[in-house]
Amino acid sequence: MNSLKQDIRRALKATFPVFSGYIVLGFGFGIVLHSKGFGVLWALCMSLFIYAGSMQYVAIDLLSGGASVITMAITTVLVNARHLFYGISMIDKYKGAGKMKPYLIFALTDETYSLVCTEDEDNSHRYHLLVSLFNHIYWVSGSVIGAAVGSAFNFAPKGIDFALTALFVTVFVEQWLSSKDHTAAITGVLSSVICLIIFGADSFLIPAMLVITLSLTVLRFIRQRKGDKNDD
Amino acid sequence: MTDSHSALLIAVCAVITAALRFIPFLIFGKKKTPPFISYLGKVLPFAIMGMLVVFCLKGTSVTSFPYGIPELIGVLTVAVLHIWKRKTLLSIIAGTVIYILLVNFVFI
Repeated sequence: MNSLKQDIRRALKATFPVFSGYIVLGFGFGIVLHSKGFGVLWALCMSLFIYAGSMQYVAIDLLSGGASVITMAITTVLVNARHLFYGISMIDKYKGAGKMKPYLIFALTDETYSLVCTEDEDNSHRYHLLVSLFNHIYWVSGSVIGAAVGSAFNFAPKGIDFALTALFVTVFVEQWLSSKDHTAAITGVLSSVICLIIFGADSFLIPAMLVITLSLTVLRFIRQRKGDKNDD
Repeated sequence: MTDSHSALLIAVCAVITAALRFIPFLIFGKKKTPPFISYLGKVLPFAIMGMLVVFCLKGTSVTSFPYGIPELIGVLTVAVLHIWKRKTLLSIIAGTVIYILLVNFVFI
């Protein structure tokens, strides 16, 4: 069992890449949010309570466009549906975390997940809590600083929101390199592009998600049948 | 746009995000995960990330100036740099800086 001091040191070290990423992305979020007329307090509340990087970027568009509650609800489900699957793989690991468990689950972002899902006997619930908490602090700090700098200097260079596109491209490439089977990745891009052409920029997200889920379901069915035939 | 409507939207977003994170623990906390859910859990992240890239680029017009060239160069920079160095932060900063330079000084 590690001492608290050791756990803090290990968590700080493990979260360093997330620190740099969250400060930069949070900063970008704060700046973009401010450029749409939402200041420091909005950035603080969103980063504290939503705490989901990509969703918060998407939410800027919805907020500034005055979207309906239904649109916000459906978009949140679609953009964050992947969190369902992080949860599924952490069920056993977070068993017995007691009072920390609700916060551990609340703070399960993509980046936190990537740090806590690794197998290591030294990783106690307290260590997981520290990793989650540190990441949360980095994210909130980054976005508040971004919004503050935005209001102080009215600084928002055209094109700064490309940071988010860049983030998704790196994750996409990372996933592509880590897997031999690119069917799902290709399905995702193709379905989205086709739905974008058919339904237009403002309403392609929901059809795209449906087409993706349906295609992947059909694909599994076909592969299973093929598998059964090969077994004969 | 009123502040109260914006606050409501943020609350909706926060509650649903939290719900999505909690649901698996509430449903499958005790039972074994069904194979179909496990399958979706495995393949969806790949497809969703592709969808999010397209989502970010949805406003790009390929039929009028600058024909999506800054976006193409930006995405290629990020992808090539990431395949080469695999340093997330480097890829993001380099791609974003190049894109900002392109849309502010080259394609204007």
